[in-house]
Amino acid sequence: MTGFTRSDTSIIGRWWWTIDRWTLLALGLLIGAGLLLTLAASPAVALRIGADSFHFVHRQSLFLAPSLLVMFVISLAPPLQVRRFAVLAFLGAYVLLVATLFLGAAIKGSTRWLVVGPLSIQPSEFIKPLFIVVSAWMLAERVRNPAFPGGKLSAALWAAVACPLILQPDFGQTLLITAVWCAQLFLAGLPMFVVMVLALAGLAGIVGGYFLLPHVASRIDRFISPESGDTFQIDKALSAFTTGGLWGRGPGEGVIKRILPDAHTDFIFAVAGEEFGTLACVVLVGLFAFVVLRGFARLLQETDPFVLLAGAGLLIQFGLQAVINIGVNLHLLPAKGMTLPFISYGGSSLMALAMGMGMVLALTRVRPGRPVTLGGQSL
Amino acid sequence: MSWRDAPRSPDRAPNQVHVPEGARETFPLRRRVLPMDGVAGQAIETARNRLIVTAALFGLCFIALGFRLVDLSLFQGAEVAAHAHRTPAKLAARGDIVDRNGVLLATNLDTASLYADSTRIINAGDAASALVTVLPDLSRADVEAKLSSGKSFIWLKRNLSPRQQWEVNALGLPGLAFQREERRVYPYGSLASHVLGLVDVDNKGLAGVEAYFDEKLADPARVAQPLTLSIDVRVQHVLADELAGAISRFNGIGGAGVVMDVQTGEILAMVSLPDFDPNDPAAVPPETRFNRVSLGVYEMGSTFKTFNTALALETGSATLASRYDASHPLQVGKHLISDSHPQNRVLTVPEIYMYSSNIGSVRMALDAGTAAQQALMNRLGMLRRTSVELPERGMPLVPKPWLEINTMTISFGNGIAVTPLHLATGVSAMVNGGVLLPATLLKSDHAKAPSGMRVVSEKTSESIRRLMRLVVMRGTGKKAEADGYLVGGKTGTAEKTGANGGYAHKSLLSSFVAAFPMTSPRYVVLAMVDEPRPNKDSAGMATGGWVAAPAVGNIIMRIAPMLGVEPVDEKSPVITEAMYVPMQGEGAE
Repeated sequence: MTGFTRSDTSIIGRWWWTIDRWTLLALGLLIGAGLLLTLAASPAVALRIGADSFHFVHRQSLFLAPSLLVMFVISLAPPLQVRRFAVLAFLGAYVLLVATLFLGAAIKGSTRWLVVGPLSIQPSEFIKPLFIVVSAWMLAERVRNPAFPGGKLSAALWAAVACPLILQPDFGQTLLITAVWCAQLFLAGLPMFVVMVLALAGLAGIVGGYFLLPHVASRIDRFISPESGDTFQIDKALSAFTTGGLWGRGPGEGVIKRILPDAHTDFIFAVAGEEFGTLACVVLVGLFAFVVLRGFARLLQETDPFVLLAGAGLLIQFGLQAVINIGVNLHLLPAKGMTLPFISYGGSSLMALAMGMGMVLALTRVRPGRPVTLGGQSL
Repeated sequence: MSWRDAPRSPDRAPNQVHVPEGARETFPLRRRVLPMDGVAGQAIETARNRLIVTAALFGLCFIALGFRLVDLSLFQGAEVAAHAHRTPAKLAARGDIVDRNGVLLATNLDTASLYADSTRIINAGDAASALVTVLPDLSRADVEAKLSSGKSFIWLKRNLSPRQQWEVNALGLPGLAFQREERRVYPYGSLASHVLGLVDVDNKGLAGVEAYFDEKLADPARVAQPLTLSIDVRVQHVLADELAGAISRFNGIGGAGVVMDVQTGEILAMVSLPDFDPNDPAAVPPETRFNRVSLGVYEMGSTFKTFNTALALETGSATLASRYDASHPLQVGKHLISDSHPQNRVLTVPEIYMYSSNIGSVRMALDAGTAAQQALMNRLGMLRRTSVELPERGMPLVPKPWLEINTMTISFGNGIAVTPLHLATGVSAMVNGGVLLPATLLKSDHAKAPSGMRVVSEKTSESIRRLMRLVVMRGTGKKAEADGYLVGGKTGTAEKTGANGGYAHKSLLSSFVAAFPMTSPRYVVLAMVDEPRPNKDSAGMATGGWVAAPAVGNIIMRIAPMLGVEPVDEKSPVITEAMYVPMQGEGAE
C-alpha cells in the first residue's frame, strides 16, 4: 500500500496521502463482495431467462473497470472541480432522464431505460448523486449568503427531478431523492418547526400513497399482514436467512436464487445470507455502516458548507439505499425495489455509485487548512 | 423554500453577494481556513450537530439490521426447519378380503406416493414437463401450479407403480420425494364391486363390506385375519357375464342378480349392473355405485305368485286341486285385472302358477285373506330391511293401510316393493323346506347348523318345488331349462312406476327366479333386467320369460358343475315321480 513516499508530490502521490484510505478499503471490499455475490446469484437467474450462465457476471465485470476508473479520477478532483463536474453531468443526466420518457424502453411496466447501442442506461441512477451535489451547492450558497435563494432553487431543482421520475414511474428513486434532499435541508439549518412540518408531510405522503395508489397499498398491506396477499418473494428471502444459518449453506449451495426473479438485484442480500451465512451478512452491514459513519465523522471536521452538505448527502443516499434494501430483505420494510450499493447487479447503478463515492472520496480528502484530527494521520 | 429566521450578521451580509458559476475568485471555498464565526460559523455548527443526529439514526438502523439478521438465523431457524420437515402420518394397514375359497378380492399393496417440496424445485415448468412424460395422466399445468406453489409438501400422485417410481427417480429432479403408502387393490376390478364397495384415498371404507366392516378391517389387531365372504368369485363371474349379456341383448339400462345357497342363506354371487372399478374411486360415476340387489326396491311382479301359492296352500284355503275362474278379467274399482297369458277358462292352482294368471292369483289371495297374507309377508321379511352385511340396504315399500285391494295386487307382486335380495331370500325359504335363512355375505361355518325361522311347512315347500319345476317344464319359464339340473322357477314381468305415479307400460322389470335341482334344491338364482326392450328374436316380447329365464338357464348350466351339482336323468321314473303335479286342466291345453 505504501508505494508512495510522503515526499512524493505527484498527483497520485498526493492523492494517496490525502485520500481516506480506510473508506477506500471498505469500498474495495464491498465491490469485491458484489462481484462474488453476482457470481453466486446471477447464473441461476441468467439460465432462467435463457441467457448464458455467466451473462450477468460478464456484464458486471465489463462495467467494473470503467467504474473504478471513474471513481479514481473523480476522487482526484478538488471540491470546486467536483462541483463543476456535478453541475455539467447533472445537466447531461437530466437531458437523458427526460429523453427516457420519450425514447425509453418499457420494462416491467416502467420506462427507466435508455438503450444506446449495446448499452442500456438508467439515467435515474446517475441523477441521484449529481442532484445531491448540485442541491448541496445551492444550499451552501444560501448558508454563506442568506440573501441567496438557495432553498428555492434547490426546491425547484428537486421538483424538476422528481417529475420525470414519477412519470416513469419510479417511486423508489423519487422517495430516495426526496429523503436525501430533506436530510440536506435539515443539515443546512432548516428550522425545527419546518422539519416537523416536513416530517408530518412525509407521513401524510405515505398515508396518501396508501390510499391513492393501489400498488403501494397492496405492498404495505402485505407487509403488515402477510396473509393478505402474495408474499412469496419475502417468504423465500426470510427462509434463505434461516436455512443459511450462521455460516451459510456454502457458495453455490443456495436455492432461493433459482426461485426469486430478482435474486441478482433486489434480493442479492438474501442470497448472501443463504450461501455465506449470517456472519458474512453482518460483515456486509458493518461495511456499509463503516463507510457511512466514517464519512460522517470526517465531514464533522469540515468547515465548508458545500463539502459538508454534498458529502453528507451522498453518504445518506448510499446509506439509505443499503438500509432500505437490507430492510426489505429482512422484512423490516415493505417491499421496494432498491439496489444494494456495489452489491446488486446493474451497470448504471455501479457506475453511478462509483461516481457518487468518487465524489465522497474527493470531498473527504485532507486539504490544506482543514483540521486532520481523523483524516490522513490515521493511516 | 425560504427560512428567514437564521441569524444574520449585517456587516457580513454585503460581502456574500452570490456570484454564479465561473466567477471563482469570489467563491467562498478559499475562505475555509478562516475560523468559523458569524453566520457561516453558526450554520456549520448547526450542520455538524445535525450530522451527528443523522449519524446516530443511521447507526441505529444498521444495528437494527444486525439484530434482525442474528434473530432470523439463530432463533427462528429451528421453527422454520421443523415446519419444513413435517411429513404425513403413515397410513394404517387394512385387512384382506377373500372369497369363500380364499381367493383374494381386496388387499393392500405397498406403493410409493409422489410428493414435492416445491421450495426445492429449480424450475417448475421444466420439472412439470419432465414429469408428465413418465406420468402421462397428470396435467402439465396442474403439476406446474403445484410445483410453483411454494408449499414444502404437496401431493403430486398417489400410489405409483414400482416402474413409475423408477422412472420418476430416473428424471433426477430435486424437490421430488416418495412417501410409502398402502393402496387398496381389487384384483378382480369391477367384479363384485357392489359387494366389496370401495375405500377413499386414506383407505377408509366408503361403501359395501369395506364400509360395513370398516372398523374390523382397519383394526391393527385383526389385520392378519382376512375377512372371508360367502361370495364364490367363479359364480360371481358367471352371474355378471350372463346378466350383462341379457342386458345387452335386450338393451336394458341395468340389471341385478343373486345366487344364494338355500341351506345357509349365503350369497355366492351378487351382481348389480352397471358396476364400477373400485381400484379407481375417482373415476367412479356416482350412479354406478347404486346397488340394485340390496338397495333398490322394486315391485317384483309375478315372482310373488310363489308366495301367493304358498299362502293358499299353507292356510289351507286351497289345494293343488282347487280351481279358480280365470275366464274373464276382474274389475276392481276402476282397475281391470287381466292375464298376460290368458287361458279364458277355469284354472287349477298349478295352472294359475304355470300360466302366471293374475286373475286366479287374486282369487286365491282373497280366499286366504288379508291378515294371513300380511302375516306371511312379515314372516318372509318382506316388510323390513334385510340384514345383509352392507350399508346399502333398501327399505321395502309396503301398503299402509293394507286393504283388500292391496291383498289383491300383492298376490301378483304389485303394490309392494322389495329388493331383489328380499325376493331371493323368500324364494330360498319356499324351496328349502320352509325355513327362512337371512341372506348373508359372510361364509358360514358349516359345522354349525344355520338357525332359520320356519315360514311355511315342509309339505307346502315340497309343493312349491313341483310347481316351480312345472313352470320351467311347461309354463312361462321354459327358456330357463338347463338339461339335467332340474331347474324350477318363476317369471316376473313388472311394469315400472312412471314419473306420473301410474304404471309405465313400456318400462318393464323382467325377472326370473329359479332354484335347482328341484328334487333337493341347493341354490336359488335370480336374474333381473331393468327396462329391457324387445329384440328381433323375442317376438316383440321383453318379459321375464324371454329376457331373464334364458340367462338363468345359462347361469345354472355354467355354475352347477363348479358347485358340485351332478346332472340327473330327468326322464327317470324317480325324478318324474318326485316332480309330478296333478294337472286336471291339462286337456284344455
